[in-house]
Amino acid sequence: MKLESKVPEGNIAEKWTNHKFKMKLVNPANKRKYDLIVVGTGLAGASAAATLGELGYQVKVFTYHDSSRRAHSIAAQGGINAAKNYQNDGDSVFRLFYDTVKGGDFRSREANVYRLAEVSNNIIDQCVAQGVPFAREYGGLLANRSFGGAQVSRTFYARGETGQQLLLGAYSSLNRQIKNGNVKVYHRREMLDLVIVNGRAQGIIVRNLLTGELERYSAQAVILATGGYSNVYFLSTNAMNSNATAAWRAHKRGAFFANPSFTQIHPTCLPVHGEAQSKLVLMSESLRNDGRIWVPKKAGDNRPPNEIPEDERDYYLERKYPAFGNLVPRDVASRNAKYVCDEGRGVNGERAVYLDFSDAIKRVGKKVIEEKYGNLFDMYQNITGENPYEVPMKIYPAPHYTMGGLWVDYNLMSNIPGLFVLGEANFSDHGANRLGASALMQGLADGYFVIPYTIGNYLASEKPEKVDTERSEFNDAEQNVKDIIAKLLSVNGKQTVDEIHKRLGHILMDKVGMSRSEKGLKEAINQIRELREEFWNDVKVVGTGEELNQTLERAGRVADFLELGELMAVDALNRNESCGAHFREEYQTEDGEALRNDEEYAYVAAWEFKKVSEWELHKEDLKFEYVKLATRSYK
Amino acid sequence: MSGEHLNITLKIWRQNSPNDNGQFEEFKVSISPDASILEMLDELNNNLEREGKRPVAFESDCREGICGTCGIVINGHPHGPLPKTATCQLHMRNFKDGDVIYLEPFRAAAFPIIRDLIVDRSAFDKIQQAGGYISFNTGGAPDANTIPIGKDVAAEALDAAECIGCGACVAACKNSSAMLFVGAKVSQYALLPQGQPERYKRVQTMVAAMDEAGFGSCTNTYACEAECPKGISIMNIARMNRDFIKSKIVEQEVDI
Repeated sequence: MKLESKVPEGNIAEKWTNHKFKMKLVNPANKRKYDLIVVGTGLAGASAAATLGELGYQVKVFTYHDSSRRAHSIAAQGGINAAKNYQNDGDSVFRLFYDTVKGGDFRSREANVYRLAEVSNNIIDQCVAQGVPFAREYGGLLANRSFGGAQVSRTFYARGETGQQLLLGAYSSLNRQIKNGNVKVYHRREMLDLVIVNGRAQGIIVRNLLTGELERYSAQAVILATGGYSNVYFLSTNAMNSNATAAWRAHKRGAFFANPSFTQIHPTCLPVHGEAQSKLVLMSESLRNDGRIWVPKKAGDNRPPNEIPEDERDYYLERKYPAFGNLVPRDVASRNAKYVCDEGRGVNGERAVYLDFSDAIKRVGKKVIEEKYGNLFDMYQNITGENPYEVPMKIYPAPHYTMGGLWVDYNLMSNIPGLFVLGEANFSDHGANRLGASALMQGLADGYFVIPYTIGNYLASEKPEKVDTERSEFNDAEQNVKDIIAKLLSVNGKQTVDEIHKRLGHILMDKVGMSRSEKGLKEAINQIRELREEFWNDVKVVGTGEELNQTLERAGRVADFLELGELMAVDALNRNESCGAHFREEYQTEDGEALRNDEEYAYVAAWEFKKVSEWELHKEDLKFEYVKLATRSYK
Repeated sequence: MSGEHLNITLKIWRQNSPNDNGQFEEFKVSISPDASILEMLDELNNNLEREGKRPVAFESDCREGICGTCGIVINGHPHGPLPKTATCQLHMRNFKDGDVIYLEPFRAAAFPIIRDLIVDRSAFDKIQQAGGYISFNTGGAPDANTIPIGKDVAAEALDAAECIGCGACVAACKNSSAMLFVGAKVSQYALLPQGQPERYKRVQTMVAAMDEAGFGSCTNTYACEAECPKGISIMNIARMNRDFIKSKIVEQEVDI
């Protein structure tokens, strides 16, 4: 099967406009005859469901949360990018496009990224009209801050709670459609299988998490907006329930999984404190605007930070990357933190570096810093018991975002007709590394401004006939889910789900994390296979399938992570180059920077599931016509 | 960061299903002071699972105090003893070795207990669906800077909009009133120019939905503000009351 990206012809600046004109439309009176399923109520899912409801489609939206407001987009802190150029500092749609392609280390699809930059301005307008209280200047206009990988100030924000405010905006639009009757929301439902009828995605099987009942829903198209898979590492900045199951089960039904090894390890998170730890906490990247990152020059220098004199500190990012300094992209910042800790120069010899605000406080005063980052400083103090106004923060990288995801074409449709994938769940816009404040932008771009157009083009050729959920395809899918649940409950071994999940996380963090090698990846593949075997022979899942059973929920997710983890290693092993977050030790420049191989690897690796541990690789070649392929330099 | 382990006695509310009678069950745990209270429950549950016993049902998601999923009454306080702290952010270093900790669900008639520490807060969604939005379709917005909003006004609106919808205000209130939750949303839009066209209709529909869901009235004890993990001010209740009264006058003049 050949992957067709369906990128429209023409100049990059005109592709989306032309495409919107050429796409087929569904007559307004006919829209209500179409049923659509949206899975997930984060930024992408909520904005899509609301907007499709506004257009008149009959939308069913599903979430495993008790309320659609709780999706993990809510925890995004720092901001959302847009090419408004309100600061008159030289920003433009083209520059945002350029920065994003370059930041992604040339492994994203140019046309998608351009469209993202193009609609970024509409997102800000949309959100302001919804009543999102973005930060303002005294004159009443919108304020901006800077983020990594950019030399312009284009990030819009609402304190350190931008994700919350944007999600509540989308949630409010969704609520309006629920009241109007075009959207019906199903809470506490987890999607456990995709139903394909005549080669088209036309339904899902969900488990009602309160009763354990399996339910069937049908539609003319299915939209997955189910987020990323950083929790494969067990410890990550993702919410406890974030998981890959909906995407993975779709993958096992035929949807290709693209670039699974492209996982972002975010540089500014709190260090691990002990085995009881359940998740890692992110400190917004915006802190790098004012915080300076350093470690002692000498290994073994365990003096308290305030006693280490200036000339015995190594501000290693400022030293190595004078042009971008502390605002280098995330992958570069994370890798360098790892290096200095590998050298034994981490704080007290541990895996942590300092993020120091003392200079900024001297420069602008405590009050200004408090205004900008107060809630983040409070959160830090709350968790660590230390006051960051007086003692530098200790930070270390943690898994945060997954650039990889289900493969989609320009229309955000997977290789399964009728299955669309939005937001973090798809692979499309961030290449091998996502820039800060671009995830919120992509989620809302996909949901508000892309899918409402492209789904119409698909539906215009589909008859709006109700799909009968008594069809054999639904029976088969439900039986598949029943079998998985029965199997999980029947093992009755000795190890808990979390214990096995933690071990998977250690393997992946160690060998498929910030730095990868052929030897390590081969070991990881074997270890994951063995661990999966152990899981299916020795896991203990208490309770039954016919009730609220949180252990069973986690068991199903970990079972899928144990397959996905292997594919991440397989993909990383296949990619004999370093690019963005994917750093292969064998491929680096003399000064330790990522060494790409554009001749052989300027492609999207899209994996087709054959059976467990067996995939077929499909390649989508990437062409760079507008951003010249070049070695990234932030020096 | 780690220190000696703390020995804690937990008394946890166990209730199998909505109509069962619940009771406290006692557990002894030993936990690092660096762990959060939910990580302590994770560890307890891991041990229970290993023994083949039913783990304690509780909800949480982001564990950063922003999603509003978690919510436990800890020693009589929704989200525990620390001000402006959600349950997930409460660390064990705030307790002493030998402490007894009572864990209970958020109790209110409008929040039926589902199991153990999990309650049904869907009434909150119903209130938001009744009017917690600005009626506006995707696509037609003017340039964002055409609506100037004073820095202080935007900040005040954000103070209200920070509500995480956890329900602690309801659990804290002797009347199980949801007026802080509703007042926060009403205020966010009442403060902003974008919210003006539907201002008076919104307050009426949201208050009606709140009453219908079975929440009680406000008698100004301020318990909600004291227990709110985001420190949402009771000023928002005053603003809602004012708008609600005003809406009765406005509706005499124009059809809202």
